Amino acid sequence: MSSPILPLWVTIPGTVLLVLGGLATLVGSLGLLRLRDFFSRMHGPSMTNTMGVGAVLLTSMLALPAWTGRPMFHELLIALLLLTSAPISTSLLIQAALYRARVRGSA
Amino acid sequence: MNAVFNAALWFAQVCVALAMLGATVRLFVGPSAQDRVLAFDSLYVNGMLTLLLLGIRYGSTAYFDTALLISLFGFVGTTALAKFLLRGDVVEP
Repeated sequence: MSSPILPLWVTIPGTVLLVLGGLATLVGSLGLLRLRDFFSRMHGPSMTNTMGVGAVLLTSMLALPAWTGRPMFHELLIALLLLTSAPISTSLLIQAALYRARVRGSA
Repeated sequence: MNAVFNAALWFAQVCVALAMLGATVRLFVGPSAQDRVLAFDSLYVNGMLTLLLLGIRYGSTAYFDTALLISLFGFVGTTALAKFLLRGDVVEP
Protein backbone atom coordinates (compact mmCIF):
# COMPACT_ATOMS: atom_id res chain seq x y z
CA MET A 1 0.00 0.00 0.00
CA SER A 2 1.71 3.15 -1.22
CA SER A 3 1.57 6.35 0.75
CA PRO A 4 -1.44 8.53 -0.14
CA ILE A 5 -1.30 12.29 -0.35
CA LEU A 6 -2.46 13.26 3.11
CA PRO A 7 -4.75 16.32 3.18
CA LEU A 8 -3.62 19.55 4.73
CA TRP A 9 -5.96 19.31 7.74
CA VAL A 10 -4.10 16.14 8.73
CA THR A 11 -0.51 17.18 8.16
CA ILE A 12 -0.44 20.56 9.92
CA PRO A 13 -1.94 19.50 13.30
CA GLY A 14 -0.23 16.11 12.93
CA THR A 15 3.21 17.67 12.58
CA VAL A 16 2.72 19.93 15.61
CA LEU A 17 1.34 17.07 17.72
CA LEU A 18 4.10 14.65 16.71
CA VAL A 19 6.87 17.11 17.57
CA LEU A 20 5.20 17.96 20.92
CA GLY A 21 4.65 14.29 21.78
CA GLY A 22 8.19 13.30 20.87
CA LEU A 23 9.64 16.11 22.97
CA ALA A 24 7.40 15.22 25.94
CA THR A 25 8.47 11.57 25.72
CA LEU A 26 12.14 12.50 25.56
CA VAL A 27 11.88 14.95 28.47
CA GLY A 28 10.02 12.36 30.57
CA SER A 29 12.73 9.79 29.96
CA LEU A 30 15.46 12.31 30.75
CA GLY A 31 13.69 13.06 34.03
CA LEU A 32 13.62 9.34 34.79
CA LEU A 33 17.32 9.16 34.04
CA ARG A 34 18.68 12.27 35.73
CA LEU A 35 16.62 13.18 38.82
CA ARG A 36 18.11 12.45 42.22
CA ASP A 37 15.83 10.16 44.25
CA PHE A 38 12.96 7.81 43.54
CA PHE A 39 10.12 10.11 44.54
CA SER A 40 11.20 12.80 42.11
CA ARG A 41 11.86 10.19 39.43
CA MET A 42 8.17 9.22 39.57
CA HIS A 43 7.28 12.50 37.83
CA GLY A 44 9.14 11.79 34.60
CA PRO A 45 7.18 8.83 33.16
CA SER A 46 3.83 10.43 34.03
CA MET A 47 4.67 13.10 31.45
CA THR A 48 5.13 10.35 28.87
CA ASN A 49 1.90 8.73 30.01
CA THR A 50 -0.22 11.83 29.56
CA MET A 51 1.24 14.17 26.97
CA GLY A 52 3.27 11.81 24.79
CA VAL A 53 0.58 9.14 24.51
CA GLY A 54 -2.16 11.74 24.11
CA ALA A 55 -0.40 13.53 21.26
CA VAL A 56 0.45 10.32 19.41
CA LEU A 57 -3.11 8.98 19.81
CA LEU A 58 -4.59 12.25 18.52
CA THR A 59 -2.26 12.15 15.50
CA SER A 60 -3.28 8.57 14.86
CA MET A 61 -6.98 9.48 15.04
CA LEU A 62 -6.28 12.23 12.48
CA ALA A 63 -4.04 10.29 10.10
CA LEU A 64 -5.59 6.80 9.99
CA PRO A 65 -8.96 7.91 8.52
CA ALA A 66 -7.03 9.64 5.72
CA TRP A 67 -5.35 6.29 4.95
CA THR A 68 -8.34 3.98 5.21
CA GLY A 69 -11.18 6.32 4.28
CA ARG A 70 -13.38 5.61 7.30
CA PRO A 71 -13.38 7.06 10.84
CA MET A 72 -11.39 5.16 13.46
CA PHE A 73 -12.12 5.13 17.17
CA HIS A 74 -9.82 2.33 18.38
CA GLU A 75 -7.50 4.89 19.91
CA LEU A 76 -10.08 6.01 22.45
CA LEU A 77 -9.93 2.51 23.94
CA ILE A 78 -6.16 2.74 24.46
CA ALA A 79 -6.50 6.25 25.92
CA LEU A 80 -9.23 5.11 28.32
CA LEU A 81 -7.22 2.06 29.41
CA LEU A 82 -4.00 4.00 29.96
CA LEU A 83 -5.70 6.94 31.71
CA THR A 84 -7.37 4.58 34.19
CA SER A 85 -4.44 2.22 34.73
CA ALA A 86 -1.54 4.68 35.08
CA PRO A 87 -2.72 6.30 38.37
CA ILE A 88 -3.43 2.90 39.91
CA SER A 89 0.04 1.51 39.18
CA THR A 90 1.70 4.77 40.20
CA SER A 91 -0.15 4.80 43.53
CA LEU A 92 0.72 1.15 44.22
CA LEU A 93 4.38 1.81 43.39
CA ILE A 94 4.46 4.84 45.72
CA GLN A 95 2.95 2.73 48.52
CA ALA A 96 5.56 0.03 47.97
CA ALA A 97 8.40 2.57 47.96
CA LEU A 98 7.14 4.24 51.16
CA TYR A 99 6.81 0.85 52.87
CA ARG A 100 10.30 -0.20 51.86
CA ALA A 101 11.78 3.13 53.02
CA ARG A 102 9.97 2.83 56.36
CA VAL A 103 11.16 -0.75 56.88
CA ARG A 104 14.72 0.27 56.13
CA GLY A 105 14.37 3.11 58.64
CA SER A 106 15.37 5.93 56.36
CA ALA A 107 11.99 7.47 55.63
CA MET B 1 3.41 18.97 3.12
CA ASN B 2 3.70 15.19 3.20
CA ALA B 3 7.49 15.49 3.52
CA VAL B 4 7.16 17.70 6.61
CA PHE B 5 4.76 15.19 8.19
CA ASN B 6 7.21 12.38 7.42
CA ALA B 7 10.04 14.36 8.98
CA ALA B 8 7.96 14.93 12.14
CA LEU B 9 7.19 11.20 12.21
CA TRP B 10 10.90 10.41 12.01
CA PHE B 11 11.59 12.92 14.79
CA ALA B 12 8.96 11.35 17.05
CA GLN B 13 10.29 7.85 16.37
CA VAL B 14 13.86 8.87 17.18
CA CYS B 15 12.65 10.58 20.38
CA VAL B 16 10.77 7.46 21.50
CA ALA B 17 13.79 5.28 20.71
CA LEU B 18 16.03 7.56 22.82
CA ALA B 19 13.46 7.46 25.61
CA MET B 20 13.52 3.63 25.50
CA LEU B 21 17.32 3.80 25.72
CA GLY B 22 17.11 6.01 28.80
CA ALA B 23 14.57 3.71 30.45
CA THR B 24 16.82 0.73 29.72
CA VAL B 25 19.79 2.47 31.35
CA ARG B 26 17.64 3.19 34.43
CA LEU B 27 16.47 -0.45 34.39
CA PHE B 28 20.07 -1.66 34.61
CA VAL B 29 21.64 0.88 36.98
CA GLY B 30 18.59 1.63 39.18
CA PRO B 31 19.78 1.52 42.78
CA SER B 32 16.57 0.11 44.27
CA ALA B 33 13.95 -2.38 43.12
CA GLN B 34 11.20 0.22 42.76
CA ASP B 35 13.42 2.18 40.38
CA ARG B 36 13.63 -0.87 38.15
CA VAL B 37 9.86 -1.39 38.26
CA LEU B 38 9.33 2.26 37.30
CA ALA B 39 11.80 1.93 34.43
CA PHE B 40 9.96 -1.19 33.24
CA ASP B 41 6.68 0.74 33.32
CA SER B 42 8.20 3.56 31.25
CA LEU B 43 9.71 1.01 28.87
CA TYR B 44 6.40 -0.65 28.02
CA VAL B 45 4.65 2.69 27.48
CA ASN B 46 7.44 3.67 25.09
CA GLY B 47 7.14 0.35 23.26
CA MET B 48 3.42 0.98 22.85
CA LEU B 49 4.21 4.44 21.44
CA THR B 50 6.63 2.84 18.95
CA LEU B 51 3.89 0.54 17.70
CA LEU B 52 1.41 3.43 17.38
CA LEU B 53 3.94 5.47 15.37
CA LEU B 54 4.59 2.47 13.10
CA GLY B 55 0.82 2.21 12.59
CA ILE B 56 0.70 5.87 11.54
CA ARG B 57 3.66 5.40 9.20
CA TYR B 58 2.34 2.33 7.38
CA GLY B 59 -1.37 3.14 7.67
CA SER B 60 -2.18 -0.26 9.15
CA THR B 61 -4.71 -0.94 11.89
CA ALA B 62 -3.10 -4.24 12.92
CA TYR B 63 -0.71 -2.38 15.24
CA PHE B 64 -3.52 -1.12 17.45
CA ASP B 65 -4.49 -4.50 18.81
CA THR B 66 -0.87 -5.17 19.74
CA ALA B 67 -0.60 -1.75 21.41
CA LEU B 68 -3.78 -2.43 23.36
CA LEU B 69 -2.44 -5.81 24.52
CA ILE B 70 0.91 -4.28 25.51
CA SER B 71 -0.77 -1.58 27.61
CA LEU B 72 -3.06 -4.18 29.26
CA PHE B 73 -0.31 -6.69 30.12
CA GLY B 74 2.11 -3.95 31.12
CA PHE B 75 -0.40 -2.64 33.65
CA VAL B 76 -0.90 -6.14 35.05
CA GLY B 77 2.87 -6.65 35.26
CA THR B 78 3.54 -3.35 37.01
CA THR B 79 0.70 -3.92 39.48
CA ALA B 80 1.93 -7.43 40.27
CA LEU B 81 5.51 -6.24 40.80
CA ALA B 82 4.40 -3.35 43.04
CA LYS B 83 2.21 -5.73 45.05
CA PHE B 84 5.15 -8.07 45.39
CA LEU B 85 7.36 -5.25 46.67
CA LEU B 86 4.64 -4.20 49.09
CA ARG B 87 3.68 -7.60 50.53
CA GLY B 88 6.32 -10.09 49.49
CA ASP B 89 3.62 -12.07 47.70
CA VAL B 90 1.39 -11.51 44.68
CA VAL B 91 -1.68 -13.64 45.38
CA GLU B 92 -2.70 -13.50 49.01
CA PRO B 93 -4.50 -16.48 50.57
